[in-house]
Amino acid sequence: MLGRIETDHRRFRQIVHGTIRRDLKRYVSKGELLGRSSGGTISIPVPQIDLPHFTFGSTEGSGVGRGEGEGEEGEAGEAEGQHVLEVEVGLDELARILGEELELPDIRPRGEADIVSEHARWSGIRRVGPESLRHFKRTYREALKRQISLGQFDPAHPVVIPVRDDRRYRSSQVKRRPESRAVIIHMMDVSGSMGTEQKEIVRIEAFWIDTWLRHQYKAIQTVYIVHDAVAREVSQHDFYHLRESGGTKISSAYQLCLDTIRTRFGSGDWNIYPFHFSDGDNWSSKDTAGCVELLRANLLPQCNLFCYGQVRSAYGSGQFKRDLDQALPGEERLVTSAIADRDGILGSIRDFLGKGR
Amino acid sequence: MNLPPSLASVEERIRESAKAHGLKCFDTIFEMVDEEQLDEIAAYGGFPTRYPHWRHGMEFERLRKSSRWGISKIYELVINNDPCYAYLLASNSLTDNKLVMAHVYGHCDFFRNNAWFRHSERKMMDRMANHAVRVRRIIDRHGQEAVEAFLDRALSLENLLDYRQLCEASAPPRPQPRHLAEDGDDTPERAPNFRLRSRDYMDEFINPPEYMEKRRRQHVAEQEAEKRLPGGPRRDLLALLLEHAPLERWEWELLNIVHEEALYFAPQRVTKIMNEGWASYWHRRLMVEDVLTDAELVDYADTVAGTLAEGNTLNPYKLGLELFLDIEARWNSGRHGPAFDACDEMAQREAWDKQENRGLEQIFLSRAVHDDVTFLDAYLTEEFCHRHQLFVYRRDPRTHKKELVTREFSKVKEELLNNIANGGAPIIEAVDLNHGNRGDLLLTHRHMGRDLRPDFAEATLLNMAAIWKRPVVLESSVEDKLVRWVACDGKVTMDHPSS
Repeated sequence: MLGRIETDHRRFRQIVHGTIRRDLKRYVSKGELLGRSSGGTISIPVPQIDLPHFTFGSTEGSGVGRGEGEGEEGEAGEAEGQHVLEVEVGLDELARILGEELELPDIRPRGEADIVSEHARWSGIRRVGPESLRHFKRTYREALKRQISLGQFDPAHPVVIPVRDDRRYRSSQVKRRPESRAVIIHMMDVSGSMGTEQKEIVRIEAFWIDTWLRHQYKAIQTVYIVHDAVAREVSQHDFYHLRESGGTKISSAYQLCLDTIRTRFGSGDWNIYPFHFSDGDNWSSKDTAGCVELLRANLLPQCNLFCYGQVRSAYGSGQFKRDLDQALPGEERLVTSAIADRDGILGSIRDFLGKGR
Repeated sequence: MNLPPSLASVEERIRESAKAHGLKCFDTIFEMVDEEQLDEIAAYGGFPTRYPHWRHGMEFERLRKSSRWGISKIYELVINNDPCYAYLLASNSLTDNKLVMAHVYGHCDFFRNNAWFRHSERKMMDRMANHAVRVRRIIDRHGQEAVEAFLDRALSLENLLDYRQLCEASAPPRPQPRHLAEDGDDTPERAPNFRLRSRDYMDEFINPPEYMEKRRRQHVAEQEAEKRLPGGPRRDLLALLLEHAPLERWEWELLNIVHEEALYFAPQRVTKIMNEGWASYWHRRLMVEDVLTDAELVDYADTVAGTLAEGNTLNPYKLGLELFLDIEARWNSGRHGPAFDACDEMAQREAWDKQENRGLEQIFLSRAVHDDVTFLDAYLTEEFCHRHQLFVYRRDPRTHKKELVTREFSKVKEELLNNIANGGAPIIEAVDLNHGNRGDLLLTHRHMGRDLRPDFAEATLLNMAAIWKRPVVLESSVEDKLVRWVACDGKVTMDHPSS
């Protein structure tokens, strides 16, 4: 009598996913999903999935209460926004929704052949082996087959007696599974010209890129680098909250990125994804030339993809993207993208990850 | 029945005790289930089989979450059916299950004897299962998508019922599909003669001309209204759609199922306070007087304290229970009626005791003849209101904090009654099936001080129009200004008609 609810429940989840997918742009540009994830799932507020009815407008909500009528603080929990449903969605699923919506191709990791891990599974059957591994069912099936084919089986008196030849044993087989490792290196310009809004955009974009790449790779590491005139590695928290001022020397970040790759991820079996966000102002054209050189000679050959996202700000000239595009035309491992505002985030994610590298 | 022997004997004791106290219940079948099963059954509104719809899945997700996180837990689940079905949680303690059983017998008596349940389908278990089969069959023929789309629309209208019909002497007839409904008699009625027989010289006094004129005009107006919508304004909009909307056979069947099930749940919606109060009253008496052992007292008290807990909000269990206790006390001591009402001597009122001892009789009577609205109207007294410190609050539109407005008795009562009138839903009436003489449907919202929630109203109106297949117009007012919504071709427009 039970078990029907699963069908309804699955249908409900499907509808929820449809809603999230439809509203993905809003979720992305508002950044309201950040900080809601815990333990591999994220809880997403889905408004109005419930059926509409004629009801009273509840915003001014009046009613009858009881008691002293004091101490009304701290009951925000039962506020009247009851039509917002929170649904838990796995980050994996969210990445899939993102992938479907942006039509992102799956990534073909490098080093497939090189890195393998071995798993032993009891998936084989052999004719010899220790008695402790004897497969009862198979053994009796063999015996039954033999008896039937020899005409020794009597359905009225079903006795099956295995002989030596019927015995079957479990055997382990080693499965080789390619495993890929990846590292994301987020670099952000934190010089004076990057305002709060610009950083928020970077933050949101980095979250979604993380979500997607985590979906694609089993083992993934993240490195955060901030730079103004000098670059340094920071924690995730600092990456999002730091506010510096001063000049901008992008080459410092690229140099640090390169050093990090060489010392920690240089063994050649890493899929490397550096992302750099800035407002496009660099200190000098000489430094820009240095950046181009670093990219051409060292970074690009080692990376799957090098992404540069240029966030528009009131102060930035946006020159750096132009310089990169000019200096390195047709370089397929380099993707540059301009992000005008929050609504541009989805588009730039598509630019970055649409290549499937 | 799959009760373990220990519970089965307890169940028998409780049943006997309920009977001895004068409760008249259906036979009651208890089922032992685990938490997940209970959530599943609760998601289906208490029935093991319902038609497939994602809304049940949503409810299930919500219930699962809140029981897993310990936010809330379903204690009892009982179905108005003959025989009554009730579910016990296997993980509950013996004391809790005793309590639940006693509580269930209270509900069961209420289902059977309350006037609002008189037309209630008592074989709903079977009907629900039949509905499920029919819906599945329709899905097989017309596809999941089409059926779901239609059900979504129909379910969004499910609260548009006429709650007044629930307690009428004869149940309204089931709506018939249009092509089956008999054609009405189209011959115009002869204008009735309002004149009373009188002698010539008295005629002017017995049939005054201005009164005659008034009657005639009234009659013409009635005739006009009759033309617009036979039988006058209707609140049971689902029945109206069943009778008059151009529906495919399968759509009609789905809508009919939704209507039947909504009607089945309607009595419970309008008697929630009473029903819970009655059950709480009886579990208390049965437990304390007959069933409870000394050792269980503390556990029992703990659970009861939980179910009757009140913060600053009203708990229907508690309110109902306190009202029944209050009625019992008042009718035992005779503190009611004109003589008592006329007395304004505080001390005298307090000491009033006429030894009437009709308390029990009175609560049995009131559980039979009232719904929540009439119950509160009849029995919520000023003294009760003060003793329980009731007040009206309003949410500050800026801070969203609740603010106490008044403790004045009449205001409190008015607010309370307003909140539960018409099952807590706005009153929407159909007034014209041929609005503008082009087959549009005209609805009015009987505004009683509270505006409709506009986004929901628009979405619901669209669903209505999709079923009616012609524009649907809803007249209401928002912030004291007349408003007219028109749903047409999948779009809603709103304007302010000048009246």
